[in-house]
Amino acid sequence: MTAFTATVTVRLKRGVLDPEAETTQRSLERLGFDLNDLRSADVFELDLDADSADDAAERAEEMAERLLANPTIHDYDIEVAQAE
Amino acid sequence: MTIAVIQFGGSNCDRDAVQALESLDFDAELVWHEDGLPADVDGVVLPGGFSYGDYLRAGAMAARSPIMAEIREAASEGTPVLGICNGAQIGCESSLTPGAFTTNESARFQCEHVHLRVENADTPWTSQYEDGEVVELPIAHGEGRYEITDERLDELEAEDRILFKYCDEDGTVTPEANPNGSKHSVAGVTGEAEHVAVMMPHPERATLSDLGRTDGRGVLTGFAD
Repeated sequence: MTAFTATVTVRLKRGVLDPEAETTQRSLERLGFDLNDLRSADVFELDLDADSADDAAERAEEMAERLLANPTIHDYDIEVAQAE
Repeated sequence: MTIAVIQFGGSNCDRDAVQALESLDFDAELVWHEDGLPADVDGVVLPGGFSYGDYLRAGAMAARSPIMAEIREAASEGTPVLGICNGAQIGCESSLTPGAFTTNESARFQCEHVHLRVENADTPWTSQYEDGEVVELPIAHGEGRYEITDERLDELEAEDRILFKYCDEDGTVTPEANPNGSKHSVAGVTGEAEHVAVMMPHPERATLSDLGRTDGRGVLTGFAD
């Protein structure tokens, strides 16, 4: 078994309204920053022991499907790295 | 006939629901989620509140608690289930009902009275009303915007699974009368079977005449059908 960190990034699907991101963008613009768009996402870092990176990714995917993301409104991606 | 009102950590409309149901001559009991669903219940209310502090997403944690598997099982066998507010979020998160309730378009918590148009009066939850009737109920939520794909929503509309839409006092559905940016102004939907339903507005807060209007009685009366 090897120690891995699986990073799951959950974001709203394109086209789904994100009022928090819009509010954040407006605040940045009020501070004088110039930007075209802002998207927010949730990042979960999962430390787990697995036989392989693929195995770790598969388990992280199941966690994303079952709880971390809501497939109705979210997309997610997973990156796996050996833990340092 | 006994209705179980499920308490999760952070539920706060549980006792309101019991009182409202008892005022309509139902037996209602509070059921702590860890105690499991009693075998003899004839209906289930998932009440409003902020279960698990709305961590991750409103309703996400409660939807994965073991009692929800029991409730899905009971629902599939015909037990009526009504999710209100946080209970509606839990219902959608647990796939009892389609879609998702997410952050209001305003990004604010909104606590106000709204008008709702009855879209389908041929369900247990709406049979006390007429099609197109306008009722007034309170809302109190930060994550009540109904989201679902356009295709799926068209299917729900075609299948008459929309219970209520936000509207103005004359019953016209307008963007201005939509308090939270819900798609198609949807305020409540049914599951695969019409004895399972969720809605963001609070019928239990508009049931006791001491508190003003009683437009919500008809929804809770659905447990008798």
